[in-house]
Amino acid sequence: MAYALQQLINGVSLGMIYGLIAIGYTMVYGIIGMINFAHGDIFMIGAFLSLIGLLLITSGGLLDGPGAIVLVLALSMAFTALYGWTVERLAYRPLRGSFRLAPLISAIGMSIVLQNYVQVSQGARVKPIEPVVQGGFTIMQEGTFAVQLSTMQILIILTTLVILAIFTWLVTRTRLGRAMRACEQDRKMASLLGIDTDRTISITFVIGAALAAVAGTMYLLRYGVIDFYIGFLVGVKAFTAAVLGGIGSLPGAVLGGLLIGLIETFWSAYFSVQYKDVAAFSILILTLVFMPTGLLGRAEVEKV
Amino acid sequence: MAPILTVESLTMRFGGLTAVKDVSFAAAQGAITAVIGPNGAGKTTMFNCITGFYRPTSGSLTLHHGGHGVALHRLAGHRIARAGVARTFQNVRLFAGMTALENLLVAQHRTLMASTGFGIGAVLGLSGYKAAEQAAIRRASTWLEACGLIDRADDPAGSLPYGAQRRLEIARAMCMEPVLLCLDEPAAGLNPRESTALGELLRAIRDGTAADGAPPCSILLIEHDMGVVMGISDHIVVLDHGGKIADGTPAAIRADDKVIAAYLGEGDEDEDGVA
Amino acid sequence: MSLARTRRPALGVALRDAGLAALIAAGLFLPMVGLRTDVGPTGALFLRTRWTDVLLLMLVVFAGRFLVRLWQEWKTERRAPGFSQRIAGPLSRSGRFVAPVFLLLAVLLPVLPGVGRYELDLGILVLTYVMLGWGLNIVVGLAGLLDLGYVAFYAVGAYSYALLAQYFGLSFWICLPLAGLLAAFWGILLGFPVLRLRGDYLAIVTLGFGEIIRLVLLNWVTLTGGPNGISGIARPTFFGLTFTVGGGPGSFAEFFGLEPSPTHRVVFLYYLILALALLTNWVTLRLRRQPLGRAWEAMREDEIACRSLGINITTTKLTAFALGAMFGGFAGAFFATRQAFISPESFTFIESAIILAIVVLGGLGSQLGVAVAALVLIGGFEVFRDLQEWRMLVFGGAMVLIMIWKPRGLVGSRTPTVALGEKRAISASMVAEGRG
Repeated sequence: MAYALQQLINGVSLGMIYGLIAIGYTMVYGIIGMINFAHGDIFMIGAFLSLIGLLLITSGGLLDGPGAIVLVLALSMAFTALYGWTVERLAYRPLRGSFRLAPLISAIGMSIVLQNYVQVSQGARVKPIEPVVQGGFTIMQEGTFAVQLSTMQILIILTTLVILAIFTWLVTRTRLGRAMRACEQDRKMASLLGIDTDRTISITFVIGAALAAVAGTMYLLRYGVIDFYIGFLVGVKAFTAAVLGGIGSLPGAVLGGLLIGLIETFWSAYFSVQYKDVAAFSILILTLVFMPTGLLGRAEVEKV
Repeated sequence: MAPILTVESLTMRFGGLTAVKDVSFAAAQGAITAVIGPNGAGKTTMFNCITGFYRPTSGSLTLHHGGHGVALHRLAGHRIARAGVARTFQNVRLFAGMTALENLLVAQHRTLMASTGFGIGAVLGLSGYKAAEQAAIRRASTWLEACGLIDRADDPAGSLPYGAQRRLEIARAMCMEPVLLCLDEPAAGLNPRESTALGELLRAIRDGTAADGAPPCSILLIEHDMGVVMGISDHIVVLDHGGKIADGTPAAIRADDKVIAAYLGEGDEDEDGVA
Repeated sequence: MSLARTRRPALGVALRDAGLAALIAAGLFLPMVGLRTDVGPTGALFLRTRWTDVLLLMLVVFAGRFLVRLWQEWKTERRAPGFSQRIAGPLSRSGRFVAPVFLLLAVLLPVLPGVGRYELDLGILVLTYVMLGWGLNIVVGLAGLLDLGYVAFYAVGAYSYALLAQYFGLSFWICLPLAGLLAAFWGILLGFPVLRLRGDYLAIVTLGFGEIIRLVLLNWVTLTGGPNGISGIARPTFFGLTFTVGGGPGSFAEFFGLEPSPTHRVVFLYYLILALALLTNWVTLRLRRQPLGRAWEAMREDEIACRSLGINITTTKLTAFALGAMFGGFAGAFFATRQAFISPESFTFIESAIILAIVVLGGLGSQLGVAVAALVLIGGFEVFRDLQEWRMLVFGGAMVLIMIWKPRGLVGSRTPTVALGEKRAISASMVAEGRG
């Protein structure tokens, strides 16, 4: 029981990270109907930028504690957003309205570029850091097994919830959100109604990248080690999460992220660590085969 | 006249919405049967049930052919086509990047496939595939001729003008040698001259005089254009709000009060709208 | 006079644009390039600054953007046809003559002067990708099914041969068809449940399948050796004659009375993969002119219309999937026997991405385009080997650039399979790319 509770806590905090990235996938897919293959690498860039920010701040001794983390988060979000914008501008915008496969190949190319750019600029070696956020609570004791809820996990969960709340407000209550949803429904019509669709799409990428940066920062702080290759696997799982939740659906992305996080954690805890990714991919395939629209997705009606 | 298709108590529900409600009628062999009705009457839904794109909630659809009945509502989409039901689409669905001729050869996939020994023999260069292909090309040419498209045979279907695309779709359906041809709003988007020509083509298809060696073929069509319907149909079924409200010859339908009411709204006496 | 007047605003626009681009570049490169994380002597990370590099990159971006912008302005002024338009026509038109020349070159490569071991190895590598590209072209180019996990079948083929040879001592020539059949079997196994999925969903499921296969190969240590892979895989024989370096009884060199040379095996392998690739091409070209191939293309154009014509979508998709997988399996078996060593590392997602890129860059459905794309991408990749770690960066960048330059690939047009009169190429804008 205690063991399961511990897995639940771990799974939720991991799932939050997946959820944050999944939103980026789901938003881009919703608005321009493409799998932004480079999004996992944007997450990796976010993790690296927060690492650099963290080193800059701590080595300068400017700030410490919560203030430092907020600053790192803000810096990483800002600079990663710039990367998101640039990727869209360089690799996807010239292909708008082109054939479906062209942006996908372009995205795969961009993913290769980002990975190797970081490898070249930051080196191929893994980057470990000292734990930044320490401590935690023991919330339950069962025999010798203590259920731990670390400060870091609380931080992840709280940050994610706050960011999600802001984000939900942005999408549902603001003019920008309305423009985004309009583009999602019918891009041509939206542009006829005077919405600057290119700008809206750019903003979608910027927001997606900023959320991925949050995930990257959390990943760095939680696991304490990153390398240039983390984007691929985490990205694929986050995409799985987006599909599981129903692609195009924002709450679905978070729900899917949580589920993937939980499945992965419980699978590792009870079955085998080696096959945890196999489990995640199998879930993906099973979901798509038996529930092609995901948990919260809209059914696509085939017009004859 | 013997029926080619009998529809019995056909009902189709989407969630809570009943699109077609307990509709029964028969389409006669060797005749042109038209299904008409105002927008949202359930025409296209019924059509999609007959051609296998929807599975009806209840009721039965029977194709009478070669002395026995085939229960269409139990067959998968592609099997309905194989049973002898060919169709066209409201928004023309051609293979745009393939030539007109290729479109017509795809329609003969079944016969050609069988002659290739299901692909394996043909790769090895065995079997009488060459002869079968020549025959298929001949049949395609006859239908291109019949539809006035023979000069455009090697042009991609997507580059043809709209009226030609509609005719090509009919030619493609006919290349399957169906016993029942189902047309979804064949006159939509055609100019009056093209509509008249279409009427003539359909009558020729019904009588088996459209192309060399083509047997007579029964036709079921749904249509908005009353001019076309009244001019060529042998029998008309009228749907409204998912149910059948009338069934008879064009003359009888024209005089039917319920039909007039359905088309013009209750209480409106202007008869021109139906004529 | 008038020239100067039209040039000036263009220059201004270009300068402003370039300045903006340089600013953005500063934002991108300041933290990522300017601050390098290095592991210090104590094991902790520290930051090393590289401001000159950032400045250099900014200058490059400024100059690049300036020139591109100037060129764009100049082009709109002149309304000159783009370079891509000028070469696209000739390339697709000259296909008739280019293909035989390529074929002749490929056949004669081993005997051409100046071709040594290195060139032959490169030839083998390129031909392997040509074959994989042609195999995937059946699935993606003709049938319009987006497959991001093609490497799985390559892996199945390679491991089938390696394991069958290791555990049962079967020879390459028996294993080759078996590897193809096993790959086709896996293709059907995967295809059956997922083929009703559409578009990107199919893509992502195939990606997942590819990863599952790789992860199983990686973790099933008792069977596959896990990350250590399988080594000492038997080499192929030429009708029972071996290619041992020392010659000796039963060897190729001894039988033909030749001086034993390691080149013999390389030449043999070269012709083997050439033959396999040509087989793939031959089967594809033949099928394309037949009902099955036409049904694939029709399916790519409009699945619903296909169904209305009595074509069984499931079996038609499965045949494309199985056939594509089979050729992937052949290529895999060849890969295993050539390397004599395989490990899961050779079958990562990036391989699938490269093969797909070859197909899309070449032009969906175009056999010649795929061959040229394989030559350009894989050959180019080798040419830039001195760039070392920059190589993949250039490779990815090239993928993006080629897509922007020619979204429909090098040969985007389609040749009809049959015609009453003369066959005329169908422009790419007409041809669908499938939604499946």
